[in-house]
Parts: sequence; C-alpha cells; structure tokens
Amino acid sequence: MGKIWKISGPVVIAEDMRGSQVYEVVDVGDGRLQGEIIGLENDKAVIQVYEDTVGLRVGEPVTGTGEILMVELGPGLVGNIYDGVQRSLVTMMDDIGDFLVRGVRTDALDRKKKWHFTPSVKAGDMVQEGDIIGSVPETGLIEHRIMVPIGTQGTILEISEGEFTIEETVASLEHEGTEKPLTLMQKWPARKPRIYKQRFDPEDLLVTGTRIIDYLFPLALGGKAAIPGGFGTGKTVTLQQMARWSQTQLNIYVGCGERGNEMADVLHSFKKLRDPATDRLLQEKEIFIANTSNMPVVAREISIFIGITMAEYFRDMGYDVLLVADSTSRWAEAMREIGARLEETPGEEGFPTYLGSRLSAFYERSGRVECIGKPERMGSATVIGSVSPPGADFSEPVTQATLRIIDVLYSLDVALANKRHFPTINWLQSYSLYADSVDKWWNRISPDYNEIRDKALITLQREAELEEIVRLVGPEALPEDDKLVLLAARMIREDFLMQSAYHPVDTYTEPKRAHMMLSTIMKFYSLAEEATELGTLVSEISSSKILPLISRMKDIPNEEFDDYMKQLWSDIDKNPFV
Amino acid sequence: MDSLQLFTRQTKAISTARRSLLVIESIPGIRYNEIVDVQLGTGETRIGQVIEVGKVTTVVQVFGGVSEVDLLNSRVRYKGETLKLPVSGDIMGRIFDGSGNPIDGGPPIVADTYLDINGVPANPASRMPPAEFIETGISAIDGLNVLVRGQKLPIFSGSGLPHNKIAAQILRQASLKGKSEEFAIVFGAIGVSYDDAGYFISNLEETGALSRTVAFINTASSPVIERLSTPRLALTAAEYLAWEHDMHVLVILTDITNYCDALRELAAMRGEIPSRRGYPGYMYTDLASLYERAGRISGKEGSVTIIPILTMPDDDITHPIADLTGYITEGQIVLSRALERKRIYPPIDVFLSLSRMMKEGIGEGNTREDHNNVFMQSYAVYAEGNYLREISTVIGSEALSDRDRMYLSASDRFEEEFISQGEKERRTVEETLGRAWNIFSMLPTEDLKLIQEEYIKKYLPKAPKGSIGEEPR
Repeated sequence: MGKIWKISGPVVIAEDMRGSQVYEVVDVGDGRLQGEIIGLENDKAVIQVYEDTVGLRVGEPVTGTGEILMVELGPGLVGNIYDGVQRSLVTMMDDIGDFLVRGVRTDALDRKKKWHFTPSVKAGDMVQEGDIIGSVPETGLIEHRIMVPIGTQGTILEISEGEFTIEETVASLEHEGTEKPLTLMQKWPARKPRIYKQRFDPEDLLVTGTRIIDYLFPLALGGKAAIPGGFGTGKTVTLQQMARWSQTQLNIYVGCGERGNEMADVLHSFKKLRDPATDRLLQEKEIFIANTSNMPVVAREISIFIGITMAEYFRDMGYDVLLVADSTSRWAEAMREIGARLEETPGEEGFPTYLGSRLSAFYERSGRVECIGKPERMGSATVIGSVSPPGADFSEPVTQATLRIIDVLYSLDVALANKRHFPTINWLQSYSLYADSVDKWWNRISPDYNEIRDKALITLQREAELEEIVRLVGPEALPEDDKLVLLAARMIREDFLMQSAYHPVDTYTEPKRAHMMLSTIMKFYSLAEEATELGTLVSEISSSKILPLISRMKDIPNEEFDDYMKQLWSDIDKNPFV
Repeated sequence: MDSLQLFTRQTKAISTARRSLLVIESIPGIRYNEIVDVQLGTGETRIGQVIEVGKVTTVVQVFGGVSEVDLLNSRVRYKGETLKLPVSGDIMGRIFDGSGNPIDGGPPIVADTYLDINGVPANPASRMPPAEFIETGISAIDGLNVLVRGQKLPIFSGSGLPHNKIAAQILRQASLKGKSEEFAIVFGAIGVSYDDAGYFISNLEETGALSRTVAFINTASSPVIERLSTPRLALTAAEYLAWEHDMHVLVILTDITNYCDALRELAAMRGEIPSRRGYPGYMYTDLASLYERAGRISGKEGSVTIIPILTMPDDDITHPIADLTGYITEGQIVLSRALERKRIYPPIDVFLSLSRMMKEGIGEGNTREDHNNVFMQSYAVYAEGNYLREISTVIGSEALSDRDRMYLSASDRFEEEFISQGEKERRTVEETLGRAWNIFSMLPTEDLKLIQEEYIKKYLPKAPKGSIGEEPR
C-alpha cells in the first residue's frame, strides 16, 4: 500500500508503490476514489484519478487492485447506462440518488439477476477460444452468445441448461489436467483490441435511414466515419439519428463530454422509439455510455475504449455493431489536460504529440472480420466519431488527425444550419471511400444506382458554380438550361437531401424508398431537359403541378408510398409541364 | 475527532511569492483545493486556495495578488474546507458579494446547511429532458427560439447592444404559460460595471420581483478571483431553491466574457500552457461545470434554467468564449448590430439564433398546434427576403420580379411587426403566432408550403391585412 505524495488536479503522485504495474487500477485516498496508474518511476506512481480530487490530502492511502482496467462483458450490458468507467448509472441512481457522489463502486453487470442459458455444445466436445458454447436471450432483440474466453481451451466436462447468474458456473472445461469453470461473464482489458481470424474490406451498406448518407455518401458495415461540425450544425442530432435507426444488430452510444439534457433526451427517447425493422423498443439493442461535460474529465479518455471493447465483444458473437462517439474532441481535450498536468512536451495547440496515434488506436478497432471460434461467423464493428472543431475551423489538430484515419467524412456546414437545411451534411465537402465497394449492394436494389447518384452529385456541383454567377448578375440573366440546373438542384436539396429528424415518416427512409424518391426527381429533370430544348421555359416548368407532388413524397406513409408513386409516375408520364 | 485538528494548521514557511502564487513548505493534512487565509505583515488578510499540494511544498494561489506579502512576517492559515455557501430559505430577497457575504445591509444568513459551491454533477440517468414552454412575451424568442424550463440558453451580444434590456425584460415577463406561479430569480453579476448591476437591481425592485430574487454581485472593481466564485455561488443558490424548495429558478449570469477573462488571467499567473487566444485548454470543461447545472431531475418539482449573457469581442461568434459556450448550451440568442442600427428592438438575429429544445416545448398542449409550421414558414419567408435583399444590392431592385418584391416587403414587415416590439410589451404566444399569420396573408396561399392545409384554413386571416405599399405601423 502506498501513500499520496503530491496532488495536482486529476493527477496524483503516490510513493511506496513498488510492485505496481502501469494501467493498474488503484483506490486513492480515504474516500477510495478510482484511479489508474499511468506511469511508474522508482517507488513513485503517477495516477490519473477518475473522480474529483478536491479535499484529498498528502499521506492518504493508495491501494493497488492488482488488475488493469477491465471491461465486464456478459448479459446485462444491453439497455444499460454506464459512466465513463463502466459504473452503472441506473444502479447508482437506485442506490445513492440523483447526484453523483465520489468513491462509489457499482458492478457493471447485475450479480443477482438469473439468465436462462441454453448450451449449444455438449460434454466431451473440444472447444477453443471464441467458440460459442450456448446462448442467453438478453433482450427481445439480442441473443447473447456465450463464448469461450480468449486464451482458454479444453474439453467440456459438464454443461447444463438452466437459470444462472453471471458469476455461476455454466460449464467446466478440462485442459491438460486442470479444470476451468466458465461463467456467463468474462472480462477484457479496455485498451487492448480483441483478436479475430481475418479482416475483410467493408462491402455491405450500413443502412442508416438518412438519405444523404445512404445514397450519396454510404457508410459500410465495419467502416469508420467522422462528423466534424461547428456548434449548432446538428452533430448530435445526426449522430442520434444514426444510433436510432441504423440497421445494425446492436448500437453503442458514447456521450463523451457532451450535454446532460441531450443525454437525457436520448435515454428517454430510446425507451419509446421502435426499431423500424423489428418494431421492438430501441432500448433493446442499445448500450449507453454517458460521461457528460460536467463529469470528471479523466474518465472521458477511457470511456471511448470501454465502448469499443463492448463493440468488439458483440462483433465476436457474429453481430454487426455500430458505435457512435460524441464527441472525440472532448476526448482529445481530456488527453490534453492530463498531458499538461504531466508536463509533457505539447504538440500542436497544446494537444499531446500522441493525439494522432491515440485516435488511430480507437478508429482502427473498427472493421469487418471473420470472428475467432466455431461456428464460423462474420461480424463487424462500425465506428462514427463526431468532432467539434473550435470556431468550425477544420484546420485544427483533432479534425486533421481524424481525417488521416477515417474513410468517410460527413462535413457539417454552419451555412446550411443557418438556412435550416438539416441534416447539414455538405454535399460538396463530404466523401465516402466506400461508394465503390457498396455499389454492388445498391445494384441489387437498382442497376441505375451509380448513374443516378453521379448525376445528382454533378447537378449539385454545377449549382454551386452557377450560384456564384447568380450573385453577380441575378437569376434572370442565366440561359434556360442553367436555370433548369438550378431548379433540379433545388429539388434534390429540398425534396431529397433535407430530412426531418422529427417527422414520424421522414426520420427514417428505407434504401429502396430513397432510390424511388431520387429517381423520380431525376426523371422529372430529364423530361424537363428535353422540354427546354424544345423551347419550354423554365418558369413554366417550375409552375408544374407535379412539383408539389414531388415535394410531398417525403411525408407519405410507407404503406401508401407505392400507390402514391405509381400515381405520380403516371402523372409525370402524361404531361408534366402543364 | 480528526487527529489533524491537533496540529496548529498554520505556517510562516513561505519560500516564494511570485505573481499570485505562494510556494510554502508543506505541513501535514493540507487538503487539495482547500481555502486558506493569508495574513500579511500589515495585518490585512487575503483568501487563497491550494492549487497543488505535495509532501515537500504546497502552492497557494492568493486571491487579490501577492503585493505586500513578505516572506518573514506573512503567515498562512489552512481552513480545511473548500468554499461553501450558507443557505436557508432566507436567502430570497437578499444581495451578496462574490464571496457570499451580504451587501444589502441585512443580517448574515442563519444557515440550514452549507453547500460546496462547485455542486455535484447530476446523474444523467436521473435527468428529465426539458419540455415545458416558458413564455417570455418576446416574439423573436417565443415564436422562433423557444426557451423551456431546465434549458441553458445564452444571449450572445456585442458591446453596446441592448442585452441587459432584453435580459431584464425576460426576467420581468417570464412565466409558464397558463400558470400563475412565478419564477424565482437568481442573478449573478460577474465583473460588470456598477451601473449595469444597478440597472438589474432597480429593475427588479420596480416590478416587485426583488423579493423573489437572490443576487450575487461582483462588480468590475471587485477582486478578479471572485469572478470565478460568483457564478458558482449563484448556481449553488439556484440548485438549493430548485431541489430543496421545489422552485422554478431562472438564473441570469452576466457577463461570461468577464468570467473567462478572469479564468485566463489566473491561469496565466499559474504559468499554464495557454490554448486558443491565451484561454486555458480546460475552458470548455470549466464552462460546462457552470452551464450543466441547468436542468430537471425526475421526481423533483423544481428546475434550473440558465440564461448566460456574453459579449463577443469584436462581435466574433468564433471567439473561444462564444464558441465553447455554444458547444455546451442548448442554442443561443444572437444579437445583431445590423438590426440595432435599423433601430429594431430586440435586435435578435433570427438566422444565427437557435433553440435546441424548441421542438419539445411547442405544439399542442404546450403552445399551439400550428407553432412548428408557423416557425418553419416564417423562417423560410424571412430567409428568402434576406437573400433577395442581398441580390438586389448588386443587381438593383428593378431587376427583381413582382414575386421577389413581394417577398422583400414581407421580410421587411417581419422585422417591423414580428421581431420588433416594445421594451414593456408583453405578447402572448397566440399574439406572436397571429402576427406571423398576418404577414403570411400577403403571400399567395400556395406559397405556404410548410404549413398543413388544416391550419391554413383555421388560422389564415380571411381578408389580407395590409398589402404592398400600405403597411400598418
């Protein structure tokens, strides 16, 4: 046991700490605040404390736990709400009340709850690490597959169906003469990536239900994306939309240094909203990590790694998992604060020089993999991080370091936010490196996908060029074909890209429907192009009775959509410009 | 009994006094961040705080600076406590300084309890999403940037703009729609001029609101360090009233820019590595520790709503103070110098302003069913008008079509009839929405694309009130 030697903000130095290891979890002071050793020098240990250090005194005890920071993995994760060091906030609310008191320990997983375990292997079977030995129905949406922990193998001596807590033995293994019990829970160090057999390129679309994302800048299962945007650009709403509607089997929402009220909004809405594919409550496929901006800064750093470890664990069961992290800038700032306390040589804007490598260490844990163990299965972990650049200036270090790692950029635009165009994803600056690999997926919906997407993007690009001219000479001075480009681009923007997160129908659009919508606009555009060549004026085209019908497409309920579109297309085919 | 009390917890072993810091030989039992009394040889006593404590040395930051500290005669007495505010129901109607001492000539507070001014973070799982509409009586806010209970909505202003008038108007008029109960007011003045602080106090006095107000006043001439404690004292009082006395509390903090400058000044004295524009790297977290104290808690009656006011240096919204605030708060009310020059009060820039909590606070049961539609349509009309105004400055208004000129005129009326109002004028939300409908009535009905048909039938005035050229004033 050591003693506190020095206290400076969240950093505490303890003496008499020989025998400790780096990243070991320690109890600091009489109040047993949780901390983690981040450096050792002779008998002194440098500790970052996850809780407020106000009131600590030199000489108070520091006790090592002998363990590095482990994530508890097992039934009970889904639907739970954790703080940055995986304490269950639900348990804390029940046990200690509405405010977060220091030095409280709670188990991440309920130790008393019984789960029904059904084995899928039998006594005498040889099992390896990662093999699925049975399952637990955790929620209506998640079958929790129980895997042989990494580093364990042997012959099953005994395994039985029944009701178990996460600590009770559900099976025992024999390996080289020693017996090893298996439970429903396993632990894994947060900072260490979990292993897999082989990694594959992402190629399947991750359906988010947000049209500009799915259609123009697709994200693939196992991919990594960043959403930078100034304040007020709707970063959080965009991320929440993805966490809500993404057609992945499990979503993990890490609120890192963000607003408490927003977190409350997320938590409450997930108790009410239903998954479009299964009609089950979203809460049944979601894990929350909430470390709001007024909660201890140091816990931000580890919270992201705890989240990604959970994502890998469910990936290993063969699921497609999405992790959204809001915001990685607050995470980077936490590193900057610790770095400054340790008097490290700062890099750009005071951020530590290891900012880039720490960001990669996080994003690189995404991926589509063949999981270890039997039965053979594929799983994926997709990662989306928001970035909050100061003054919406993307040249700042966190944005720049992130851009070097990610494959998809959703660049949020203050100008669009001021025009109340939501989502504010800027179509000229955003990109997706998966566009080519997911086109196979899209071509199964429609062979026209590439052509329509390209034409839409070109039209939007052309609009931007023409806008410059309009500002100088006014819209009336443009030739007719250019006026038509402006009209078409406006339709693409207003009737397709703009999407309301708060409209019950518009909030989620299936890919097939998104395709129908955009191809309708593009068909109208093609016909209008032909008509202008034959002398029809754009002013006539823009008063077409078809236009309001196209504008209404977004809001038509799914069950009426096919009929509506049939009627619309027949109207378009008849005579659109009267 | 705490064995540490046996030590005489004071020392004269000061080895260094530089900038605002003292380096002192450590004695046992010093708590991190505890408050100390620094007694000068002259007999004067200053307050300080432990900012680093080690086995060998302790670093104390002295509030008010180290001038006249000498290393021979000055002594440091440790108090073993962090800054606490004595509270009881009697704090209502009282005025305090930035250390929590009464300055209204009244008696000291007989405390029910002492609260740590840093507060304790609320468990995110215990929070309730804010959703109850607050009627401020100001159209630009009630119509387009709705404030709800438990929200933190700052006013981004510039020097010389009427942010104080607007804040005072909100304080006078804010009420929960359809309910008679009034807000308790907590006012935190941070480094403001004596006149500005006086303006608020006399305003509250005139309207009789002072009896339901708690004020903490740190004027520009008060110690800089108290700029950091003033908002914390105010919020501690607010939380106490909200969570212990079930009150709905409206907190005004002005001016956050002075707060941030004090933070920068003290950080520089500690020799910390500065971040953007010299402000400390942890300013986001520090501001969050203030703003995040707004909210609602499940099962508790009260609420804390915060309206921080800040003046953007050089009207620059990307300045770190405005920028970091915007990242934490749930929207912002931005004042515009251009509107002010047009003599429009309140000069609220509708495009840059935003309330993130709006959608929860409006609609049937809160305000009126058509509110969201009216909001979107007003916005679209005003945006179109502004765009055309911009173009017409280049190409001339003659080059605009009749339709364009109609939108220009609608957008002018929007500024004059909707945004603009009197300082004492209190509009109900119905009146606010009605004003928008009046403007819509000059446009072709088919242009009102963002409004559902049933609302058009129900609310659009039958005979257009005012048309181009004959605008009612």
